[in-house]
Amino acid sequence: MNTKTARLSSQQPSGPKPKPLFSRHNVFLYGTLFIVAMYYALPLYVMIVTSLKGMPEIRVGNIFSPPMEITFQPWVTAWSEACTGLNCDGLSRGFWNSVKITIPSVILSIAISSINGYALANWRFKGANLFFTILIFGAFIPYQVIIYPLVIILREINLYGSLAGLVLVHTIFGMPILTLLFRNYFSSLPEELFKAARIDGAGFWGIFFKVMLPMSMPIFVVAMILQITGIWNDFLFGIIYTKPETYPMTVQLNNIVNSVQGVKEYNVNMAATILTGLVPLTIYFISGKLFVRGIAAGAVKG
Amino acid sequence: MNNMNSSISIQNLDLAFGSVEVINDLNLEVHDGEFLVLLGSSGCGKSTLLNCIAGLLDINDGQIHIKGKNVTWEEPKDRGIGMVFQSYALYPQMTVKGNLSFGLKNAKFSKKEIESRIAHAANVLQIEPLLKRKPAHLSGGQRQRVAIGRALVRDVDVFLFDEPLSNLDAKLRADLRVEIKRLHKRLQNTMVYVTHDQVEAMTLASRIAIMRAGAIVQLDEPHNIYNKPLNRFVAEFIGSPSMNFIEGNLTDGETPHFAFDNLQVPLQAYPFDGKGRMSGPATLGIRPEHIVTGAALTEVPWSTTVEVDVIEPMGSDTLIWSKISDQDFRFRVDGQSTLRAGDSVEIGFDPAKICVFDAESDLRL
Ligand SMILES: Nc1ncnc2c1ncn2[C@@H]1O[C@H](COP(=O)(O)OP(=O)(O)O)[C@@H](O)[C@H]1O
Ligand SMILES: [Mg+2]
Repeated sequence: MNTKTARLSSQQPSGPKPKPLFSRHNVFLYGTLFIVAMYYALPLYVMIVTSLKGMPEIRVGNIFSPPMEITFQPWVTAWSEACTGLNCDGLSRGFWNSVKITIPSVILSIAISSINGYALANWRFKGANLFFTILIFGAFIPYQVIIYPLVIILREINLYGSLAGLVLVHTIFGMPILTLLFRNYFSSLPEELFKAARIDGAGFWGIFFKVMLPMSMPIFVVAMILQITGIWNDFLFGIIYTKPETYPMTVQLNNIVNSVQGVKEYNVNMAATILTGLVPLTIYFISGKLFVRGIAAGAVKG
Repeated sequence: MNNMNSSISIQNLDLAFGSVEVINDLNLEVHDGEFLVLLGSSGCGKSTLLNCIAGLLDINDGQIHIKGKNVTWEEPKDRGIGMVFQSYALYPQMTVKGNLSFGLKNAKFSKKEIESRIAHAANVLQIEPLLKRKPAHLSGGQRQRVAIGRALVRDVDVFLFDEPLSNLDAKLRADLRVEIKRLHKRLQNTMVYVTHDQVEAMTLASRIAIMRAGAIVQLDEPHNIYNKPLNRFVAEFIGSPSMNFIEGNLTDGETPHFAFDNLQVPLQAYPFDGKGRMSGPATLGIRPEHIVTGAALTEVPWSTTVEVDVIEPMGSDTLIWSKISDQDFRFRVDGQSTLRAGDSVEIGFDPAKICVFDAESDLRL
């Protein structure tokens, strides 16, 4: 018997404390996590299997059973054939509308807010506090109050119903929270770095692009995730500020799913819903880790 | 008003953060080629003063001149200064070379000039092998060297240091301290150095400015700061372990005495400055290293006996804690001393080496 086993066999505590796999703590913790995970995963499962079934199979009524005969026709229909109103070109139109809305809105809102946040955090200009207060106040104004005035404003500047109008709305509504996010992040960066850059003769834009931006990728990723998912999922502004040709995907999805004519094609509806949710879902999967890291980094200091 | 050999001249400087006054009516002349150390405890406004000189803070009142030019409204880059920060403040996404060249590129220097300046600075600071690395891959000492290099390439008249060694461990700090001193010897330009470390201050400075609550309490050479502190605050701040204080009374007469607890310390040898009063309540200050024991007692005119309370051996010498008139009293003895707690020991000191302070104003008499 070597010394190691000799020590083990004696009853004295030694080395790492043993952790039983099925302790009450573990069972409770992982049990809860499992139940919660099921609660969220099950509907997704039902959606996927239903979207792969034909209508006859769906009418049998067993929603949990896997498809006996896999068909992709519902997906094709949802993407390019389903009818909303007079148009019968499926969700594809809404998809491209949403792309055209989301990309400029995300770029514009992040560009403006990051510069705002940088100016507020590092260049304490006259009236900065007042400006910041107003901006934060803006974050708490309920949407309902602004909707109608905004309709009138957009109509007056001839943007009502256009994609550009909706982009403008998204850009403005994204600003308060994004500015706050960026300001907090930039204030958390060491102030001495900013001072060093000023002594090195870099100006407002020089410091922003050459010193601050390269250090701020995490927060830009966070802002992008927030904005892409937020704007992609938006329904309210989409339905109010656009017209049928320019409806975003979410509004079109609603119109397909809630269409009153004909039989309800559950498989098409499921496929359409998954298609619409695919973009934010992909974003989360790709960047979940970065998201958490960025949020943590921004939250450290106020 | 601007004398020729003044490198930095600060006149009636006021600075407040909102309603909090940090610096109030401060005046300071830094001579050309001088190594001036701003020394004070944390929060006394040292960094604030340095930032004012650098132009990183908008001052509320007063003027700042650098090299005879009024720079009060100038941008930091136009003041002819380089600055080194406690946190190094290297641009993390740039290589060492990128860090060194950033300021030069902003100033639109030619490629050739930038190369030659970087080569020179890298040579002086011995960071040539590091030029291609990012700051994250450098040790603390190397980072601070690069940060000094960033000031060096700018080829400026005035270097500002804000506690550059405070983030380093003790050994590196001592090494880099000497390097900074060498650098100053070699460049002979003006350096203003902020620290809360009195050893750095004593070893580096041509002159030390002791700061308290946004004001300069005493500005003098290290030798005078140590031996002739203007007031009790400075006396207590400089020296480690710090000076012993004994409360008592000053008696005038044929020969001046300091009296406490039925004891009389003769003060004939004490260099009174003659301006303060010569009698009344006073505080006697004596540094632990100026107290003598054993054979040396024959050379001092005064001695008394104390009981050893605690012994702190430090190797080269030993610090003894005892009590005089119920106050802690420390003194140094040889490191080989065999004293033990409870022993009685006779101590004495040379009155020429003490400080006497007015008990009310705390000013040196
Ligand atoms: N940006 C600021 N806003 C408000 N108060 C400040 C700011 N910077 C420093 N202070 C205050 O000014 C005083 C001096 O600070 P500082 O110059 O950094 O001290 P030191 O460098 O001597 O430790 C401190 O009391 C500090 O709280
Ligand atoms: Mg400081």
